[in-house]
Amino acid sequence: MSDVMIEVDGLTKDYGSTRAVDQVSFSVRKGEVLGFLGPNGAGKSTTMKILTCFLSPTEGRAKVAGFDVFDQSLEVRQHIGYLPEDTPIYRDMTVVEFLAFAAAMRGMDPAKSPGRIKEIGVRCGLGDVAGKLVGELSKGYRQRVGLAQAMLHDPDILILDEPTSGLDPNQIVEIRSLIKEIGREKTVILSTHILPEVQATCSRILIISGGKLVADGTPDSLRAREKGGRYRVVVESNGVAKEAIRDRLAGLAGVARCEILSAEDGAHAFAIDAAASSDLRKPIFRAAVDNRWTLLELLRESASLEDVFRNLTTGDIAGEPGAESSVEKGKS
Amino acid sequence: MSPALVISRREIRTYFNSPVAYIVVTVFTILTGYLFFTQLFVEKQADMRAFFNIMPLLFMFMVPAITMRLLADEKASGTLELLITLPVRDWEVVVGKFLAAMALLCTALGLTLIFAITVRSLGPLDRGPAIGGYLGLVLMGGAYVAIGVMASSFTRNSIVSFIVAFAISFGLYLLGRLTQFLPQSWQGLVAFLSIDGHFENIGRGVIDTRDLVYYFSMIGVSLLVATLSLESRRWR
Ligand SMILES: Nc1ncnc2c1ncn2[C@@H]1O[C@H](COP(=O)(O)OP(=O)(O)O)[C@@H](O)[C@H]1O
Ligand SMILES: [Mg+2]
Repeated sequence: MSDVMIEVDGLTKDYGSTRAVDQVSFSVRKGEVLGFLGPNGAGKSTTMKILTCFLSPTEGRAKVAGFDVFDQSLEVRQHIGYLPEDTPIYRDMTVVEFLAFAAAMRGMDPAKSPGRIKEIGVRCGLGDVAGKLVGELSKGYRQRVGLAQAMLHDPDILILDEPTSGLDPNQIVEIRSLIKEIGREKTVILSTHILPEVQATCSRILIISGGKLVADGTPDSLRAREKGGRYRVVVESNGVAKEAIRDRLAGLAGVARCEILSAEDGAHAFAIDAAASSDLRKPIFRAAVDNRWTLLELLRESASLEDVFRNLTTGDIAGEPGAESSVEKGKS
Repeated sequence: MSPALVISRREIRTYFNSPVAYIVVTVFTILTGYLFFTQLFVEKQADMRAFFNIMPLLFMFMVPAITMRLLADEKASGTLELLITLPVRDWEVVVGKFLAAMALLCTALGLTLIFAITVRSLGPLDRGPAIGGYLGLVLMGGAYVAIGVMASSFTRNSIVSFIVAFAISFGLYLLGRLTQFLPQSWQGLVAFLSIDGHFENIGRGVIDTRDLVYYFSMIGVSLLVATLSLESRRWR
Protein backbone atom coordinates (compact mmCIF):
# COMPACT_ATOMS: atom_id res chain seq x y z
CA MET A 1 0.00 0.00 0.00
CA SER A 2 1.68 3.16 -1.14
CA ASP A 3 0.09 6.42 -0.16
CA VAL A 4 -3.43 5.46 -1.17
CA MET A 5 -5.47 6.13 1.96
CA ILE A 6 -8.95 5.30 0.73
CA GLU A 7 -9.91 2.82 -1.92
CA VAL A 8 -13.52 2.42 -2.92
CA ASP A 9 -14.53 -0.17 -5.45
CA GLY A 10 -18.00 -0.63 -6.89
CA LEU A 11 -19.71 0.63 -3.77
CA THR A 12 -23.48 0.23 -3.83
CA LYS A 13 -25.99 0.82 -1.06
CA ASP A 14 -29.70 0.09 -1.17
CA TYR A 15 -32.15 1.33 1.43
CA GLY A 16 -34.94 -1.12 0.80
CA SER A 17 -35.77 -0.46 -2.83
CA THR A 18 -34.02 2.92 -2.99
CA ARG A 19 -30.53 2.82 -4.42
CA ALA A 20 -28.71 5.57 -2.57
CA VAL A 21 -25.21 4.81 -3.87
CA ASP A 22 -24.66 3.12 -7.19
CA GLN A 23 -21.37 1.51 -8.22
CA VAL A 24 -19.11 4.24 -6.93
CA SER A 25 -15.35 3.73 -7.26
CA PHE A 26 -12.54 6.11 -6.43
CA SER A 27 -9.36 6.32 -4.44
CA VAL A 28 -7.83 9.05 -2.36
CA ARG A 29 -4.14 9.66 -1.77
CA LYS A 30 -2.37 11.04 1.21
CA GLY A 31 -2.42 14.81 1.31
CA GLU A 32 -5.48 15.20 -0.84
CA VAL A 33 -8.47 17.25 0.22
CA LEU A 34 -11.27 15.57 -1.62
CA GLY A 35 -14.54 17.39 -2.08
CA PHE A 36 -17.62 15.29 -2.39
CA LEU A 37 -20.01 17.47 -4.30
CA GLY A 38 -23.59 16.77 -5.19
CA PRO A 39 -27.15 17.95 -4.71
CA ASN A 40 -29.11 16.93 -1.63
CA GLY A 41 -29.96 13.24 -1.67
CA ALA A 42 -27.10 12.42 -4.04
CA GLY A 43 -25.67 9.80 -1.70
CA LYS A 44 -22.79 11.73 -0.15
CA SER A 45 -23.68 11.01 3.47
CA THR A 46 -24.45 7.38 2.73
CA THR A 47 -21.00 6.91 1.18
CA MET A 48 -19.40 8.52 4.21
CA LYS A 49 -21.40 6.34 6.59
CA ILE A 50 -20.04 3.30 4.79
CA LEU A 51 -16.46 4.60 4.93
CA THR A 52 -16.82 5.20 8.66
CA CYS A 53 -18.28 1.71 9.25
CA PHE A 54 -21.66 2.95 10.40
CA LEU A 55 -23.37 1.15 7.53
CA SER A 56 -22.33 -1.70 5.30
CA PRO A 57 -22.37 -1.53 1.55
CA THR A 58 -24.92 -3.69 -0.23
CA GLU A 59 -22.24 -4.44 -2.80
CA GLY A 60 -18.66 -3.47 -3.39
CA ARG A 61 -15.69 -2.95 -1.13
CA ALA A 62 -13.98 -0.07 0.56
CA LYS A 63 -10.60 0.12 2.22
CA VAL A 64 -9.66 2.91 4.55
CA ALA A 65 -6.05 3.29 5.70
CA GLY A 66 -5.48 -0.15 4.21
CA PHE A 67 -8.23 -1.84 6.26
CA ASP A 68 -11.48 -3.24 4.95
CA VAL A 69 -14.47 -1.32 6.30
CA PHE A 70 -16.44 -4.51 6.76
CA ASP A 71 -13.90 -7.00 8.04
CA GLN A 72 -11.58 -4.67 9.95
CA SER A 73 -13.94 -1.97 11.07
CA LEU A 74 -12.28 -1.39 14.44
CA GLU A 75 -8.92 -0.65 12.80
CA VAL A 76 -10.61 1.63 10.28
CA ARG A 77 -12.28 3.58 13.05
CA GLN A 78 -8.99 3.93 14.90
CA HIS A 79 -7.49 5.66 11.89
CA ILE A 80 -10.24 8.11 11.09
CA GLY A 81 -11.86 11.16 12.57
CA TYR A 82 -15.48 11.61 11.57
CA LEU A 83 -17.84 14.52 11.72
CA PRO A 84 -21.32 13.19 11.00
CA GLU A 85 -23.91 15.34 9.26
CA ASP A 86 -25.73 17.72 11.64
CA THR A 87 -23.08 17.14 14.34
CA PRO A 88 -24.93 14.90 16.78
CA ILE A 89 -23.25 15.46 20.15
CA TYR A 90 -24.50 14.65 23.66
CA ARG A 91 -26.28 17.82 24.70
CA ASP A 92 -25.97 17.25 28.44
CA MET A 93 -22.17 17.32 28.47
CA THR A 94 -19.92 20.32 28.54
CA VAL A 95 -17.50 20.81 25.67
CA VAL A 96 -14.55 19.65 27.75
CA GLU A 97 -16.45 16.69 29.19
CA PHE A 98 -17.44 15.60 25.72
CA LEU A 99 -13.92 15.86 24.34
CA ALA A 100 -12.60 13.99 27.38
CA PHE A 101 -15.19 11.30 26.70
CA ALA A 102 -14.07 11.00 23.09
CA ALA A 103 -10.42 10.85 24.22
CA ALA A 104 -11.18 8.10 26.73
CA MET A 105 -13.16 6.15 24.13
CA ARG A 106 -10.13 6.30 21.88
CA GLY A 107 -7.97 4.99 24.68
CA MET A 108 -5.83 8.11 24.83
CA ASP A 109 -3.45 8.39 27.75
CA PRO A 110 -5.46 10.07 30.55
CA ALA A 111 -2.38 11.99 31.63
CA LYS A 112 -1.93 13.54 28.21
CA SER A 113 -5.48 14.03 27.04
CA PRO A 114 -6.27 17.25 29.00
CA GLY A 115 -3.32 18.95 27.30
CA ARG A 116 -4.36 17.66 23.93
CA ILE A 117 -7.97 18.74 24.49
CA LYS A 118 -6.83 22.21 25.35
CA GLU A 119 -4.61 22.38 22.29
CA ILE A 120 -7.30 21.22 19.89
CA GLY A 121 -9.85 23.47 21.60
CA VAL A 122 -7.69 26.49 20.92
CA ARG A 123 -7.14 25.40 17.35
CA CYS A 124 -10.87 25.06 16.76
CA GLY A 125 -11.70 28.30 18.54
CA LEU A 126 -13.44 26.72 21.51
CA GLY A 127 -11.63 28.63 24.23
CA ASP A 128 -14.63 30.69 25.28
CA VAL A 129 -17.12 27.86 25.47
CA ALA A 130 -15.02 25.08 27.02
CA GLY A 131 -17.21 24.88 30.13
CA LYS A 132 -20.57 25.30 28.40
CA LEU A 133 -23.08 22.58 27.78
CA VAL A 134 -23.09 21.38 24.19
CA GLY A 135 -26.89 21.74 24.14
CA GLU A 136 -26.54 25.46 24.80
CA LEU A 137 -24.10 26.14 21.98
CA SER A 138 -24.96 27.71 18.65
CA LYS A 139 -24.76 25.54 15.57
CA GLY A 140 -21.42 27.03 14.61
CA TYR A 141 -19.81 26.20 17.92
CA ARG A 142 -21.33 22.76 17.96
CA GLN A 143 -19.79 22.20 14.54
CA ARG A 144 -16.40 23.18 15.92
CA VAL A 145 -16.80 20.80 18.83
CA GLY A 146 -17.52 18.06 16.30
CA LEU A 147 -14.47 19.03 14.34
CA ALA A 148 -12.32 19.09 17.48
CA GLN A 149 -13.61 15.63 18.34
CA ALA A 150 -12.70 14.38 14.88
CA MET A 151 -9.15 15.75 15.08
CA LEU A 152 -8.52 14.95 18.73
CA HIS A 153 -6.42 11.86 18.14
CA ASP A 154 -4.58 13.35 15.18
CA PRO A 155 -6.00 10.83 12.70
CA ASP A 156 -4.51 10.15 9.27
CA ILE A 157 -7.89 10.53 7.64
CA LEU A 158 -10.66 13.02 8.31
CA ILE A 159 -14.15 12.44 7.00
CA LEU A 160 -16.31 15.52 7.35
CA ASP A 161 -19.95 15.53 6.32
CA GLU A 162 -20.97 19.10 5.48
CA PRO A 163 -18.45 20.66 7.86
CA THR A 164 -19.49 24.25 7.21
CA SER A 165 -23.25 23.93 7.16
CA GLY A 166 -24.92 26.30 9.57
CA LEU A 167 -21.87 28.50 10.04
CA ASP A 168 -21.74 32.23 9.45
CA PRO A 169 -19.46 33.56 6.71
CA ASN A 170 -16.59 34.36 9.06
CA GLN A 171 -16.72 30.95 10.64
CA ILE A 172 -16.85 29.35 7.21
CA VAL A 173 -13.63 31.10 6.23
CA GLU A 174 -11.97 29.96 9.47
CA ILE A 175 -13.07 26.36 9.14
CA ARG A 176 -12.04 26.24 5.50
CA SER A 177 -8.56 27.46 6.24
CA LEU A 178 -8.35 24.98 9.10
CA ILE A 179 -9.31 22.16 6.75
CA LYS A 180 -6.80 23.31 4.16
CA GLU A 181 -4.10 23.41 6.78
CA ILE A 182 -4.91 19.89 7.95
CA GLY A 183 -5.04 18.74 4.35
CA ARG A 184 -1.36 19.46 3.92
CA GLU A 185 -0.35 16.43 5.99
CA LYS A 186 -3.52 14.41 6.26
CA THR A 187 -6.16 13.06 3.96
CA VAL A 188 -9.49 14.84 4.11
CA ILE A 189 -12.82 13.97 2.53
CA LEU A 190 -15.52 16.55 2.92
CA SER A 191 -18.97 16.64 1.48
CA THR A 192 -20.89 19.69 0.46
CA HIS A 193 -23.64 20.80 -1.85
CA ILE A 194 -22.08 24.24 -2.07
CA LEU A 195 -19.84 24.86 -5.04
CA PRO A 196 -17.57 27.64 -3.80
CA GLU A 197 -16.76 25.41 -0.89
CA VAL A 198 -14.93 22.86 -3.00
CA GLN A 199 -13.31 25.55 -5.06
CA ALA A 200 -11.99 27.15 -1.90
CA THR A 201 -10.76 24.07 -0.09
CA CYS A 202 -10.37 21.01 -2.26
CA SER A 203 -7.53 19.75 -4.36
CA ARG A 204 -9.81 17.23 -5.98
CA ILE A 205 -13.52 16.99 -6.64
CA LEU A 206 -15.88 14.07 -6.97
CA ILE A 207 -19.27 14.97 -8.29
CA ILE A 208 -21.98 12.55 -7.34
CA SER A 209 -25.52 12.63 -8.60
CA GLY A 210 -28.34 10.19 -8.06
CA GLY A 211 -25.93 7.87 -6.28
CA LYS A 212 -23.58 7.73 -9.26
CA LEU A 213 -20.14 9.19 -9.59
CA VAL A 214 -20.34 11.54 -12.56
CA ALA A 215 -17.00 13.32 -12.39
CA ASP A 216 -13.63 12.97 -10.71
CA GLY A 217 -10.74 15.37 -11.07
CA THR A 218 -9.04 18.56 -9.99
CA PRO A 219 -11.12 21.73 -10.30
CA ASP A 220 -9.05 22.67 -13.37
CA SER A 221 -9.29 19.31 -15.08
CA LEU A 222 -13.03 19.30 -14.55
CA ARG A 223 -13.38 22.69 -16.11
CA ALA A 224 -11.26 21.60 -19.03
CA ARG A 225 -13.16 18.35 -19.31
CA GLU A 226 -16.31 20.24 -19.97
CA LYS A 227 -16.78 19.86 -23.71
CA GLY A 228 -17.62 22.71 -26.04
CA GLY A 229 -15.19 25.17 -24.53
CA ARG A 230 -16.11 28.35 -26.31
CA TYR A 231 -13.82 30.78 -28.12
CA ARG A 232 -14.64 34.22 -29.34
CA VAL A 233 -12.57 35.47 -32.25
CA VAL A 234 -12.68 38.88 -33.89
CA VAL A 235 -10.82 39.40 -37.14
CA GLU A 236 -10.40 42.60 -39.14
CA SER A 237 -12.17 42.05 -42.45
CA ASN A 238 -9.63 43.66 -44.86
CA GLY A 239 -12.04 42.83 -47.65
CA VAL A 240 -12.11 39.09 -46.95
CA ALA A 241 -15.58 37.57 -46.99
CA LYS A 242 -16.77 36.51 -43.55
CA GLU A 243 -17.95 33.18 -44.93
CA ALA A 244 -14.46 32.41 -46.18
CA ILE A 245 -12.98 33.07 -42.77
CA ARG A 246 -15.66 31.01 -41.11
CA ASP A 247 -14.98 28.06 -43.38
CA ARG A 248 -11.27 28.24 -42.66
CA LEU A 249 -11.85 28.34 -38.94
CA ALA A 250 -14.37 25.52 -39.08
CA GLY A 251 -11.81 23.45 -40.94
CA LEU A 252 -9.24 23.64 -38.11
CA ALA A 253 -8.59 20.45 -36.20
CA GLY A 254 -10.52 20.28 -32.95
CA VAL A 255 -13.25 22.71 -33.98
CA ALA A 256 -16.79 21.42 -33.72
CA ARG A 257 -18.63 24.41 -34.98
CA CYS A 258 -17.95 27.95 -36.03
CA GLU A 259 -20.62 30.57 -36.45
CA ILE A 260 -20.63 34.16 -37.45
CA LEU A 261 -21.67 36.38 -34.61
CA SER A 262 -21.59 39.73 -36.33
CA ALA A 263 -19.89 41.68 -39.03
CA GLU A 264 -19.67 45.34 -38.36
CA ASP A 265 -17.17 48.20 -38.61
CA GLY A 266 -14.92 46.12 -40.79
CA ALA A 267 -14.51 43.43 -38.12
CA HIS A 268 -16.00 39.96 -38.14
CA ALA A 269 -16.77 38.18 -34.91
CA PHE A 270 -16.99 34.41 -34.68
CA ALA A 271 -17.94 31.96 -31.98
CA ILE A 272 -16.07 28.67 -32.05
CA ASP A 273 -17.09 25.59 -30.14
CA ALA A 274 -14.25 23.21 -29.42
CA ALA A 275 -14.89 19.56 -30.03
CA ALA A 276 -12.88 18.24 -27.11
CA SER A 277 -10.83 19.65 -24.31
CA SER A 278 -8.04 20.69 -26.64
CA ASP A 279 -6.76 24.23 -26.44
CA LEU A 280 -7.65 26.00 -29.70
CA ARG A 281 -5.89 29.26 -29.05
CA LYS A 282 -2.71 28.28 -30.86
CA PRO A 283 -4.34 26.84 -34.01
CA ILE A 284 -6.54 29.92 -34.28
CA PHE A 285 -3.57 32.22 -33.95
CA ARG A 286 -1.62 30.20 -36.55
CA ALA A 287 -4.54 30.30 -38.94
CA ALA A 288 -4.70 34.06 -38.60
CA VAL A 289 -0.98 34.42 -39.30
CA ASP A 290 -1.03 32.02 -42.24
CA ASN A 291 -3.99 33.79 -43.83
CA ARG A 292 -2.76 37.26 -42.96
CA TRP A 293 -5.85 38.13 -40.99
CA THR A 294 -5.47 40.78 -38.40
CA LEU A 295 -6.55 39.17 -35.17
CA LEU A 296 -8.32 41.75 -33.01
CA GLU A 297 -9.56 39.54 -30.28
CA LEU A 298 -9.14 35.95 -29.10
CA LEU A 299 -10.94 34.92 -25.97
CA ARG A 300 -11.40 31.54 -24.39
CA GLU A 301 -14.56 31.34 -22.36
CA SER A 302 -13.66 28.41 -20.16
CA ALA A 303 -16.55 26.57 -18.58
CA SER A 304 -17.05 27.39 -14.95
CA LEU A 305 -17.30 24.65 -12.36
CA GLU A 306 -20.85 25.73 -12.04
CA ASP A 307 -21.50 24.75 -15.64
CA VAL A 308 -19.82 21.43 -15.02
CA PHE A 309 -21.88 20.83 -11.91
CA ARG A 310 -25.07 21.92 -13.55
CA ASN A 311 -24.55 19.79 -16.64
CA LEU A 312 -23.59 16.72 -14.67
CA THR A 313 -26.40 16.88 -12.18
CA THR A 314 -29.28 18.19 -14.24
CA GLY A 315 -31.09 14.88 -14.06
CA ASP A 316 -31.36 15.35 -10.33
CA ILE A 317 -32.25 18.96 -10.47
CA ALA A 318 -35.29 18.16 -12.56
CA GLY A 319 -36.29 15.36 -10.23
CA GLU A 320 -35.65 16.81 -6.84
CA PRO A 321 -36.97 20.03 -5.41
CA GLY A 322 -34.17 20.36 -2.87
CA ALA A 323 -31.49 20.28 -5.50
CA GLU A 324 -32.52 23.53 -7.13
CA SER A 325 -31.65 25.58 -4.11
CA SER A 326 -28.29 23.89 -3.78
CA VAL A 327 -27.32 25.24 -7.17
CA GLU A 328 -28.64 28.64 -6.21
CA LYS A 329 -26.47 28.55 -3.13
CA GLY A 330 -23.57 27.48 -5.28
CA LYS A 331 -23.97 30.60 -7.34
CA SER A 332 -23.99 33.07 -4.53
CA MET B 1 -10.30 2.19 30.86
CA SER B 2 -12.24 -0.06 28.55
CA PRO B 3 -14.73 1.61 26.21
CA ALA B 4 -17.63 -0.19 27.95
CA LEU B 5 -16.66 1.43 31.25
CA VAL B 6 -16.17 4.82 29.61
CA ILE B 7 -19.68 4.55 28.18
CA SER B 8 -21.19 3.47 31.48
CA ARG B 9 -19.47 6.31 33.30
CA ARG B 10 -20.88 8.80 30.82
CA GLU B 11 -24.31 7.23 31.11
CA ILE B 12 -24.27 7.34 34.91
CA ARG B 13 -23.38 11.01 34.75
CA THR B 14 -26.30 11.54 32.39
CA TYR B 15 -28.60 9.83 34.87
CA PHE B 16 -27.58 12.14 37.64
CA ASN B 17 -27.54 15.23 35.41
CA SER B 18 -31.19 14.72 34.64
CA PRO B 19 -34.12 14.32 37.02
CA VAL B 20 -34.58 10.67 35.98
CA ALA B 21 -32.23 9.17 38.55
CA TYR B 22 -33.57 11.27 41.40
CA ILE B 23 -37.21 10.61 40.56
CA VAL B 24 -36.74 6.89 40.15
CA VAL B 25 -34.65 6.48 43.29
CA THR B 26 -36.98 8.67 45.35
CA VAL B 27 -40.19 7.02 44.20
CA PHE B 28 -38.65 3.61 44.71
CA THR B 29 -37.44 4.37 48.20
CA ILE B 30 -40.71 6.00 49.27
CA LEU B 31 -42.79 3.15 47.89
CA THR B 32 -40.73 0.39 49.44
CA GLY B 33 -40.38 2.40 52.65
CA TYR B 34 -44.14 2.77 52.87
CA LEU B 35 -44.62 -0.97 52.42
CA PHE B 36 -41.93 -1.82 54.89
CA PHE B 37 -43.04 0.51 57.63
CA THR B 38 -46.77 -0.25 57.33
CA GLN B 39 -45.87 -3.84 57.83
CA LEU B 40 -43.67 -2.94 60.72
CA PHE B 41 -46.18 -0.73 62.56
CA VAL B 42 -49.50 -2.20 61.49
CA GLU B 43 -48.66 -5.85 61.54
CA LYS B 44 -45.89 -5.50 64.10
CA GLN B 45 -43.75 -7.67 61.92
CA ALA B 46 -40.09 -6.82 61.69
CA ASP B 47 -38.95 -8.73 58.65
CA MET B 48 -38.27 -7.98 55.03
CA ARG B 49 -40.57 -10.49 53.40
CA ALA B 50 -43.15 -8.03 52.13
CA PHE B 51 -40.35 -5.81 50.83
CA PHE B 52 -38.82 -8.63 48.82
CA ASN B 53 -42.16 -9.96 47.63
CA ILE B 54 -43.21 -6.74 45.96
CA MET B 55 -39.94 -6.35 44.04
CA PRO B 56 -40.71 -8.44 40.96
CA LEU B 57 -43.74 -6.21 40.33
CA LEU B 58 -42.01 -2.98 41.21
CA PHE B 59 -39.04 -3.71 38.94
CA MET B 60 -41.45 -4.19 36.08
CA PHE B 61 -42.22 -0.46 36.11
CA MET B 62 -39.05 0.93 37.54
CA VAL B 63 -36.45 -0.80 35.40
CA PRO B 64 -37.98 0.05 32.01
CA ALA B 65 -38.11 3.65 33.20
CA ILE B 66 -34.36 3.69 33.69
CA THR B 67 -33.49 1.67 30.58
CA MET B 68 -35.95 3.05 28.05
CA ARG B 69 -33.80 5.80 26.63
CA LEU B 70 -30.41 4.07 26.80
CA LEU B 71 -30.21 3.20 23.10
CA ALA B 72 -33.51 4.53 21.75
CA ASP B 73 -32.55 8.12 22.54
CA GLU B 74 -29.17 7.78 20.91
CA LYS B 75 -30.86 6.60 17.76
CA ALA B 76 -33.41 9.39 17.82
CA SER B 77 -30.87 12.15 18.40
CA GLY B 78 -28.29 10.70 16.02
CA THR B 79 -25.56 10.48 18.65
CA LEU B 80 -25.41 6.73 18.07
CA GLU B 81 -23.67 7.43 14.76
CA LEU B 82 -20.97 9.39 16.51
CA LEU B 83 -20.65 6.84 19.31
CA ILE B 84 -20.49 3.82 17.09
CA THR B 85 -18.00 5.29 14.62
CA LEU B 86 -15.55 5.63 17.51
CA PRO B 87 -13.36 2.55 17.84
CA VAL B 88 -15.77 0.58 20.00
CA ARG B 89 -17.34 -2.85 19.54
CA ASP B 90 -21.11 -3.05 19.48
CA TRP B 91 -21.18 -5.35 22.51
CA GLU B 92 -19.13 -2.84 24.47
CA VAL B 93 -21.78 -0.21 23.84
CA VAL B 94 -24.49 -2.60 25.04
CA VAL B 95 -22.56 -3.71 28.11
CA GLY B 96 -21.70 -0.11 28.97
CA LYS B 97 -25.38 0.81 28.93
CA PHE B 98 -26.25 -2.27 30.96
CA LEU B 99 -23.67 -1.48 33.62
CA ALA B 100 -24.88 2.10 33.95
CA ALA B 101 -28.48 1.05 34.53
CA MET B 102 -27.28 -1.60 36.98
CA ALA B 103 -25.35 1.04 38.87
CA LEU B 104 -28.47 3.16 39.22
CA LEU B 105 -30.57 0.17 40.25
CA CYS B 106 -28.00 -0.86 42.84
CA THR B 107 -27.92 2.69 44.20
CA ALA B 108 -31.67 2.49 44.73
CA LEU B 109 -31.35 -0.94 46.32
CA GLY B 110 -28.51 0.30 48.49
CA LEU B 111 -30.78 2.92 50.02
CA THR B 112 -33.20 0.21 51.12
CA LEU B 113 -30.49 -1.26 53.32
CA ILE B 114 -31.91 1.21 55.86
CA PHE B 115 -34.78 -1.24 56.23
CA ALA B 116 -32.44 -4.12 56.92
CA ILE B 117 -30.67 -2.02 59.52
CA THR B 118 -34.03 -1.08 61.08
CA VAL B 119 -35.05 -4.71 61.32
CA ARG B 120 -31.75 -5.57 62.88
CA SER B 121 -32.05 -2.89 65.51
CA LEU B 122 -35.48 -4.24 66.49
CA GLY B 123 -34.53 -7.85 66.79
CA PRO B 124 -32.45 -10.60 65.32
CA LEU B 125 -32.22 -10.34 61.54
CA ASP B 126 -32.31 -13.62 59.74
CA ARG B 127 -29.07 -13.21 57.86
CA GLY B 128 -29.46 -15.93 55.27
CA PRO B 129 -32.72 -14.70 53.76
CA ALA B 130 -31.62 -11.07 53.91
CA ILE B 131 -28.33 -11.64 52.13
CA GLY B 132 -29.97 -14.09 49.75
CA GLY B 133 -32.77 -11.60 49.15
CA TYR B 134 -30.40 -8.83 48.16
CA LEU B 135 -28.31 -11.14 46.00
CA GLY B 136 -31.53 -12.31 44.35
CA LEU B 137 -32.60 -8.70 43.82
CA VAL B 138 -29.37 -7.85 42.07
CA LEU B 139 -29.58 -10.95 39.86
CA MET B 140 -33.25 -10.49 39.05
CA GLY B 141 -32.65 -6.78 38.55
CA GLY B 142 -29.89 -7.70 36.10
CA ALA B 143 -32.36 -9.73 34.07
CA TYR B 144 -34.88 -6.88 34.03
CA VAL B 145 -32.20 -4.37 33.07
CA ALA B 146 -30.87 -6.58 30.28
CA ILE B 147 -34.40 -6.96 28.94
CA GLY B 148 -34.79 -3.19 29.11
CA VAL B 149 -31.53 -2.60 27.22
CA MET B 150 -32.67 -5.08 24.58
CA ALA B 151 -36.04 -3.33 24.24
CA SER B 152 -34.24 -0.02 23.91
CA SER B 153 -32.17 -1.40 21.05
CA PHE B 154 -35.29 -2.23 19.04
CA THR B 155 -36.65 1.26 18.58
CA ARG B 156 -35.82 4.95 18.45
CA ASN B 157 -38.83 5.83 20.60
CA SER B 158 -38.32 5.59 24.35
CA ILE B 159 -42.04 5.17 25.09
CA VAL B 160 -42.14 2.16 22.78
CA SER B 161 -38.96 0.94 24.45
CA PHE B 162 -40.66 1.19 27.88
CA ILE B 163 -43.74 -0.66 26.72
CA VAL B 164 -41.76 -3.46 25.07
CA ALA B 165 -39.59 -3.93 28.17
CA PHE B 166 -42.66 -3.91 30.39
CA ALA B 167 -44.48 -6.39 28.17
CA ILE B 168 -41.58 -8.86 28.09
CA SER B 169 -40.99 -8.75 31.83
CA PHE B 170 -44.71 -8.92 32.54
CA GLY B 171 -44.95 -11.96 30.25
CA LEU B 172 -42.10 -13.68 32.10
CA TYR B 173 -43.76 -12.80 35.40
CA LEU B 174 -47.13 -14.17 34.27
CA LEU B 175 -45.52 -17.49 33.42
CA GLY B 176 -45.05 -18.07 37.13
CA ARG B 177 -48.78 -17.54 37.78
CA LEU B 178 -49.78 -19.77 34.88
CA THR B 179 -48.11 -22.99 35.91
CA GLN B 180 -51.08 -24.32 37.86
CA PHE B 181 -53.29 -24.15 34.76
CA LEU B 182 -50.89 -26.09 32.59
CA PRO B 183 -50.49 -29.81 32.01
CA GLN B 184 -48.03 -31.50 34.35
CA SER B 185 -45.37 -32.00 31.68
CA TRP B 186 -45.18 -28.28 30.94
CA GLN B 187 -45.13 -27.04 34.49
CA GLY B 188 -41.44 -27.60 35.10
CA LEU B 189 -40.31 -25.70 32.03
CA VAL B 190 -42.74 -22.81 32.44
CA ALA B 191 -41.91 -22.45 36.11
CA PHE B 192 -38.23 -22.42 35.21
CA LEU B 193 -38.79 -19.59 32.75
CA SER B 194 -40.69 -17.35 35.13
CA ILE B 195 -38.63 -14.39 36.18
CA ASP B 196 -39.45 -14.28 39.89
CA GLY B 197 -39.48 -17.98 40.83
CA HIS B 198 -35.69 -18.12 41.01
CA PHE B 199 -35.63 -14.95 43.04
CA GLU B 200 -37.85 -16.65 45.63
CA ASN B 201 -35.49 -19.61 45.70
CA ILE B 202 -32.42 -17.47 46.19
CA GLY B 203 -34.34 -15.41 48.77
CA ARG B 204 -34.68 -18.50 50.93
CA GLY B 205 -30.98 -18.31 51.35
CA VAL B 206 -30.36 -21.43 49.36
CA ILE B 207 -28.31 -20.80 46.28
CA ASP B 208 -28.93 -23.31 43.54
CA THR B 209 -26.97 -23.33 40.30
CA ARG B 210 -30.22 -23.55 38.33
CA ASP B 211 -31.29 -20.18 39.67
CA LEU B 212 -27.95 -18.57 38.88
CA VAL B 213 -27.95 -20.14 35.43
CA TYR B 214 -31.41 -18.72 34.78
CA TYR B 215 -30.47 -15.12 35.55
CA PHE B 216 -27.09 -15.26 33.88
CA SER B 217 -28.58 -16.71 30.72
CA MET B 218 -31.40 -14.18 30.81
CA ILE B 219 -28.82 -11.38 30.99
CA GLY B 220 -26.57 -13.01 28.40
CA VAL B 221 -29.29 -13.69 25.87
CA SER B 222 -30.90 -10.26 26.20
CA LEU B 223 -27.60 -8.44 25.81
CA LEU B 224 -26.69 -10.66 22.89
CA VAL B 225 -29.96 -9.85 21.15
CA ALA B 226 -29.39 -6.16 21.86
CA THR B 227 -25.92 -6.41 20.32
CA LEU B 228 -27.27 -8.17 17.26
CA SER B 229 -29.99 -5.58 16.93
CA LEU B 230 -27.38 -2.83 17.06
CA GLU B 231 -25.26 -4.70 14.54
CA SER B 232 -28.15 -5.28 12.19
CA ARG B 233 -27.60 -1.89 10.56
CA ARG B 234 -24.43 -3.40 9.14
CA TRP B 235 -25.89 -6.66 7.95
CA ARG B 236 -25.89 -7.37 4.27
N1 LIG C 1 -31.94 5.76 6.47
C1 LIG C 1 -32.42 5.88 5.23
N2 LIG C 1 -33.46 5.13 4.82
C2 LIG C 1 -33.95 5.23 3.58
N3 LIG C 1 -33.46 6.05 2.65
C3 LIG C 1 -32.43 6.83 2.97
C4 LIG C 1 -31.86 6.79 4.28
N4 LIG C 1 -30.83 7.67 4.32
C5 LIG C 1 -30.77 8.23 3.09
N5 LIG C 1 -31.72 7.74 2.28
C6 LIG C 1 -31.94 8.10 0.87
O1 LIG C 1 -30.75 7.82 0.17
C7 LIG C 1 -30.45 8.86 -0.74
C8 LIG C 1 -29.09 9.45 -0.46
O2 LIG C 1 -29.12 10.12 0.79
P1 LIG C 1 -27.84 10.81 1.41
O3 LIG C 1 -26.70 9.87 1.34
O4 LIG C 1 -28.22 11.32 2.75
O5 LIG C 1 -27.61 12.02 0.42
P2 LIG C 1 -26.75 13.36 0.59
O6 LIG C 1 -25.94 13.25 1.82
O7 LIG C 1 -25.94 13.44 -0.66
O8 LIG C 1 -27.72 14.48 0.68
C9 LIG C 1 -31.60 9.87 -0.63
O9 LIG C 1 -32.50 9.60 -1.67
C10 LIG C 1 -32.20 9.58 0.70
O10 LIG C 1 -33.58 9.84 0.67
MG1 LIG D 1 -25.95 14.45 3.45
